[in-house]
Amino acid sequence: MSQAAAAPARIALVGNPNCGKTALFNALTGARQKVANYAGVTVERKEGHATTPGGRQVSILDLPGTYSLRARSPDEAVTRDAVLGRLTGEVPPDVLVCVADATNLRLVLRLILELRQVGRPLVLALNMYDIAQRQGLRIDLEGLAREIGAPIVTTVATRKRGIEDLMTQVDALVAAGVVTGASSWREPTSSEIRIAHREAQRIMKACVRPPERPDTFTGKVDAVLLHPAWGLAILFALLFVMFQAVFTGATPAMDAIEAGFTWLGGLVSQVTPDGLARSLLVDGVIAGVGSVLVFLPQILILFLFIILLEDFGYMARAAFLMDRIMGGAGLHGRAFIPLLSSFACAIPGIMSTRVIDNRRDRLTTILVAPLMTCSARIPVYTLIISAFIPHRTVAGVLSLQGLVMFSLYAAGIVSALAVSFVTRRLFWRGAVEPFLMELPTYKIPDPENVARNLLLRAKIFLERAGRIIFPLMILVWVLSTFPMAPAGATLPALDYSFAGMIGKAIQPLLAPVGFNWQMSVSLIPGMAAREVAVATLGTIYAVGGAEDAPGTLASVLAGQWSVASGLSFLAWYVFAPQCAATLGVVKRETNSWVWPTVMFVYMFALAYLASFIVYQAAVALGAG
Amino acid sequence: MDDMPLARTAQAFDIPAPSPASRVRGAVRLSQARVGDRGVIAEVRAESHPGGHGVGVEELQRRLLEFGFVEGAVIEVIHEGAIRRDPIAVKLDDMRVALRRRDAEDVWLTLDKARR
Repeated sequence: MSQAAAAPARIALVGNPNCGKTALFNALTGARQKVANYAGVTVERKEGHATTPGGRQVSILDLPGTYSLRARSPDEAVTRDAVLGRLTGEVPPDVLVCVADATNLRLVLRLILELRQVGRPLVLALNMYDIAQRQGLRIDLEGLAREIGAPIVTTVATRKRGIEDLMTQVDALVAAGVVTGASSWREPTSSEIRIAHREAQRIMKACVRPPERPDTFTGKVDAVLLHPAWGLAILFALLFVMFQAVFTGATPAMDAIEAGFTWLGGLVSQVTPDGLARSLLVDGVIAGVGSVLVFLPQILILFLFIILLEDFGYMARAAFLMDRIMGGAGLHGRAFIPLLSSFACAIPGIMSTRVIDNRRDRLTTILVAPLMTCSARIPVYTLIISAFIPHRTVAGVLSLQGLVMFSLYAAGIVSALAVSFVTRRLFWRGAVEPFLMELPTYKIPDPENVARNLLLRAKIFLERAGRIIFPLMILVWVLSTFPMAPAGATLPALDYSFAGMIGKAIQPLLAPVGFNWQMSVSLIPGMAAREVAVATLGTIYAVGGAEDAPGTLASVLAGQWSVASGLSFLAWYVFAPQCAATLGVVKRETNSWVWPTVMFVYMFALAYLASFIVYQAAVALGAG
Repeated sequence: MDDMPLARTAQAFDIPAPSPASRVRGAVRLSQARVGDRGVIAEVRAESHPGGHGVGVEELQRRLLEFGFVEGAVIEVIHEGAIRRDPIAVKLDDMRVALRRRDAEDVWLTLDKARR
């Protein structure tokens, strides 16, 4: 065992959802953590490092929360396999730390009975112990430790209390090196679960005296938040506030980022000689990085809301309120959060479908997520609306442009529900997964944990999106730069490039939906990210001899396109799979090219159909 | 209480057992309970709507048991959804759990006092 000194001891955190496990993980490891995926599966792997008071290095794995080792979702399968030490590419843990909400011990006691069968050294961390004490809940710690056959440490993760005790216990268990033998765990049958519950109940009775001042706050808040009418009204009001914050609150930061990158591009243009290298740097690299970074403010605000609501305990309530409404379209109540995230960007939305256990429920959610109007569509919508929708009010107070914007959002939501409905009726008949969810007690979110989680989300977004979008931006740059315009060319350089050729080649195909070749060309770079189409249109028309038409791009477009074409372009963008990054994420999350292909084909078909109907109807009405 | 013998007869149909055939007298299905109903769980079965839960009835039964829907647990219906009073939220001993009425059909309870 000479290596033992060099290799850190491995401990794994296990526990029910909502027990404060992640807060404890943060308290143990501080900033020394990293996030990746487990080999071969798309389950988030959070690992951190810490040093015990005795000076031992430990690596800590934060496993997905579960009620049982009998896994129901990919996340729970990871927990089971990691605990059993049979996860590919993972070293089995030396010590299991079971984290429990001290005020809610009933279910975790049964989990502990399962963990005991695994035969690895175990410590129980009774977390949120301060709340238990405040409620007057009495736990006979010695008795409980004897009953479960494992040492117990009380912790308050948010105040970093008990952390040292816990690490000392872990240290002692590692030093003792007790390996209690092979695992005797196997999936319990229903009668074994019942027996385990009775055992847990007996331990509860023996060691835990019920609280003198039980929590009544949660019940009072729920009376309002889960009220059939008030509850839904408050949910929608919350969503409204959230969107306001995401779309208006993020604007200054987004403008600043955009201005910053434009400035940087200008600076680089000045110091590099004209030519390919400058073009690659400015139009490829800087514009590419900028196009990813510009969404960061919106994503941060969105995730701030989501993390706050999650930590407060509201997200489970939102799923409860929405389950029946979403269920009508064949979606699971838990699909609510991913679809909500997709309003900012489908990428974090699709990544967060991991909370859905059942594969079909999850795939349905993934397939419809890009139909939610993501923020990359906003620049396109804004441009076309200001070009073709008159600036006037209807019914006295409502702005017509605002109404059109709203209806584009509504079209996205309705079509997502419709696609899901059709999918569940035609292809995946059968009921959705049972909806069985704990409604945790409400808790005031801990600012430090919120900040840490927010930073983590930002990092993950930048890494993943950057890794996909950035190479694509380079590819698009290559397509729109080569071959280069011949000397003395009069048309914009884009005309001679591959993108131009592709655009012109597909234009006959798009003629029935009213797209001219410029519109067709803009779709090609728009594959990198939807809003790039706006920049491309700018390039085409700015260089394409529109100098004598002063004013914004919108007024240029208004002069060049028919209203029918403009409306058709809007309809196209409601549905079009114009985002290679989303397709890339779907590939990664489903581990197959089948689903991105299905997504691309169905969205393309819908886009074509919608544009065709809109264009032909508009032409028939005389707007051609 | 040992493991309940399963009433297999209803499994061939996508309908609940025709009558409240609980072995415990006077027990009602959780799926029929209304806000304010409270009592003790009498039985958790595995028979209603096979193929109607997205998972098998035995799997559903195990999940219910793991969530604490176990014979003897104290239960009270505390909330109902807006549409068709579905899903429901129950207080189960000390924790709160939400579930659909459809998935609650095999949970039988003995009510404290007859409300209906």
